[in-house]
Amino acid sequence: MRTIIKYVVVDLVKSRIVLAYTFFLLAMSFGIFNIDENATKGIMSLMNLVLIIIPLVSIIFSTIYVYNSSEFIELLVAQPLKRKSLWMSIYSGLAVSLSLSFVIGVGLPVIIYDGSATGLTLIVAGLFLTLIFTGIALLASVLTRDKAKGIGVSILVWFLFTLIYDAIVLLLLFQFSDYPLEKPMIGITMLNPVDLSRILILLKLDISALMGYTGAIFKEFFGSVTGIGLSALMLFLWTIMPVWFSLKKFQRKDL
Amino acid sequence: MERFIKIIQCSIIVLFCVSAFQVQARTWKVGASQPCKTISSAIAKAADGDTILIYPGVYKEGQIILTKRLVLKGTGYPVLDGEVKYEILTIRSNAVTVEGLFFKNAGRSSYNDIAALRIADSRYVTVRNNKFERTYFGIYAQHATACTISNNLLTSDAKDEISSGNGIHCWKSDSMHISNNTVSGHRDGIYFEFVSNSVISNNKSFQNVRYGLHFMFSNSDNYISNIFSDNGAGVAVMFSKNIGMSNNTFSDNWGSAAYGILMKEISDCVAQGNLFKSNTVGIMMEGTNRVKMIKNRFISNGWAMKIQASCSDNVFTENNFQSNSFDVATNGDLVLSKFEKNYWDKYDGYDLNRNGIGDVPYRPVSLYSMIGEQNPSSMMLFRSFIVSLIDKAEKMLPVLTPVDLKDDHPLMKPLKL
Amino acid sequence: MIIASNVTKTFGKLKALDNVSVNCVKGQTIALIGPNGSGKTTLIKSILGMVVPDSGFITFDQHNILHDWNYRERIGYMPQIGRYPDNMSIAQVFTMMKDIRKKSAAVIDEELIEEFGLNGMMSKKMRTLSGGTRQKVSASLAFLFNPDVLILDEPTAGLDPVASEILKQKILREKQKGKLTLITSHILSELDDVVSEIIYMQEGKMLFHKSLEQLQADTGETKLAKAIAQIMK
Repeated sequence: MRTIIKYVVVDLVKSRIVLAYTFFLLAMSFGIFNIDENATKGIMSLMNLVLIIIPLVSIIFSTIYVYNSSEFIELLVAQPLKRKSLWMSIYSGLAVSLSLSFVIGVGLPVIIYDGSATGLTLIVAGLFLTLIFTGIALLASVLTRDKAKGIGVSILVWFLFTLIYDAIVLLLLFQFSDYPLEKPMIGITMLNPVDLSRILILLKLDISALMGYTGAIFKEFFGSVTGIGLSALMLFLWTIMPVWFSLKKFQRKDL
Repeated sequence: MERFIKIIQCSIIVLFCVSAFQVQARTWKVGASQPCKTISSAIAKAADGDTILIYPGVYKEGQIILTKRLVLKGTGYPVLDGEVKYEILTIRSNAVTVEGLFFKNAGRSSYNDIAALRIADSRYVTVRNNKFERTYFGIYAQHATACTISNNLLTSDAKDEISSGNGIHCWKSDSMHISNNTVSGHRDGIYFEFVSNSVISNNKSFQNVRYGLHFMFSNSDNYISNIFSDNGAGVAVMFSKNIGMSNNTFSDNWGSAAYGILMKEISDCVAQGNLFKSNTVGIMMEGTNRVKMIKNRFISNGWAMKIQASCSDNVFTENNFQSNSFDVATNGDLVLSKFEKNYWDKYDGYDLNRNGIGDVPYRPVSLYSMIGEQNPSSMMLFRSFIVSLIDKAEKMLPVLTPVDLKDDHPLMKPLKL
Repeated sequence: MIIASNVTKTFGKLKALDNVSVNCVKGQTIALIGPNGSGKTTLIKSILGMVVPDSGFITFDQHNILHDWNYRERIGYMPQIGRYPDNMSIAQVFTMMKDIRKKSAAVIDEELIEEFGLNGMMSKKMRTLSGGTRQKVSASLAFLFNPDVLILDEPTAGLDPVASEILKQKILREKQKGKLTLITSHILSELDDVVSEIIYMQEGKMLFHKSLEQLQADTGETKLAKAIAQIMK
């Protein structure tokens, strides 16, 4: 398995897109920290970058990669290899490369300029998003045979999680503003990995404001380890489930 | 000439008398192996001007009432134990000094304000370098004038507002001087009611159940360089006039009714050089008039300020607003206060003529803060992509946020404060 | 050695394999013959585990291949259209395969690489290769690890006559070592002197499985091509 991961990573690094992505993130991060006076404001600007760009690049790049390496997959499937280890190697290779890009491109500047608990949360959230959206990409590409369709599905998923989902939630929030919505809101947020990551950062960045709300459930959720623990658990599930489903699909897939 | 010599002679005699009197002042030693076994017996023997020196030990003497002008001095912190029944020491005499004592287990009562140390109807009393532990009220001053309370350490174990007392409580007093005390675990750290012309400086008040400092109906007071942190509801200044607040630190007051300072029905006050850090609300203003806020720092608060529509003629100038979730929130359209030349880190305007002042006004009220106020659940979406879009749109074309609440001359760079 | 029992596979509405049963024995060289779309490649892919049958099962040395992926170690496979990662060189492809198989150097058979003259172009990227050269790489890879079973899908398609002849000689040599060889092809004449058994497929069904002698006796034709043509009538 390690051998294949090695080949995937080498292949990815050679394609230069990963390198370009790393430099893009580095440039953005250093740019943001240099423009903004204080590091906290930099973190806030970076947060938007992380919540939008990271899922987009992770999902699109991974989808395209899986389609483009169909030859590689075909070649290796006929070899004495478990399909599981082949698929997991591809996932690991993608996840490792993209995570590395993120750690260098965003993690490094954050540690240099900020280094606070909020910064670390941002890095953790970004890593989770990378893993989750790489997993979703694998699922999308194993479910659709057609490359164009697969990329379309990926873009749609990204759009759904970053914008449409929140818009719908906001709409519902005002439609049903007469009802106690705290508990459902927490539940609804759990279903969107981008929202989850955002809340993880929010808990560090805006805890003072969040504590200003009278709702007991909110306070319990935000003020305790339960909130952070539950969010982390959900992110973990989001990381595992798409990959697991894609693996199940891939094991039965005809090549 | 003769007359002059007489004056000198008289002066010498007077001086002599005074010093002779000083020499005559006696020191009564109290302790297990000392002439006096109890403090009460020493006080009974002593005369005005005497010193009572208390050696280490535990003294359980019920309530001691001091009506003589004495110096009560402990060495090695002798313990005065109230056995959770008694008010330990009551001072009803002028110019008493109490120092170096350890007050423990004062009485508690739900209908009486029992204190560890009470100063009643007295002047020039000095209470310094004492320790207080597990007390109901710590130091209670009533009708006191020109007393000094300094370098005391007061800790207690208050759980809720009803069953706890205040650390340093002053009522109907004047010209008090309260400095360098550390107060924690009480209801209010320092409490002022009908107290005027007094100074509170360099105190630390933290982890109290209600307020770190509580002002009621007290005029012309100053509090300077104090640190108020992690109190249930921060600091409250209510129904008062002419209060000066400078160089204080207000931090880590979290909760739905927790403020760095709650300013309620006060007027003609100045707040300068204070630091508001990590509070749910830095300053909450209700019915506040003619308050000047200059050179304060607001850092990492939920809301730097909440200004209710009942406030008027307040001026906010040369303050730094950095890393707050929201800068200003208000509950009405009418804004009668003025913002001028502050630094707002959320300002994204430009400065074409390079004079350090932004060319377009800054509107510190964000739409989402108002939405959050109406619908707390919507905070779950705070800082999401869609919310930033909505906020940006509102900043360009204010529809829901008050149009007049703006800083016409926002600074481009933070002030060095 | 390889037994397929009642294997059925459908792609959508198309029945690619319809209840196919095959028994391949060690030492045989089997030609898998049939018109385009008759299910030859699907059968091969099923044997390789690349396609999972809807029903029926395939065993390799009495082990169901569904649960045991290690049997592929003993198969050399040459696909119909060899597809390789674009930005790998020929050398890298060989190295990678060796890396994955982790066989000792003694087993490795690089005869074909030499005979095809691939040594001189090892640093060329896969995407720059012509179809024929790709086939040469595919063929070399199939024989590289000296496997017990060779599965060759249209091996001579796209190869020039010289390379074709080299490959044929190689197949013959391996046949003599007692290996099982499965070949699909539609250029029948080329197979005449290699093949010992014929499997004929049509529309996903296996029509017959006969030895060459049997077929010749049945049809009265000595040439394989003619014998087949006789049947297809």
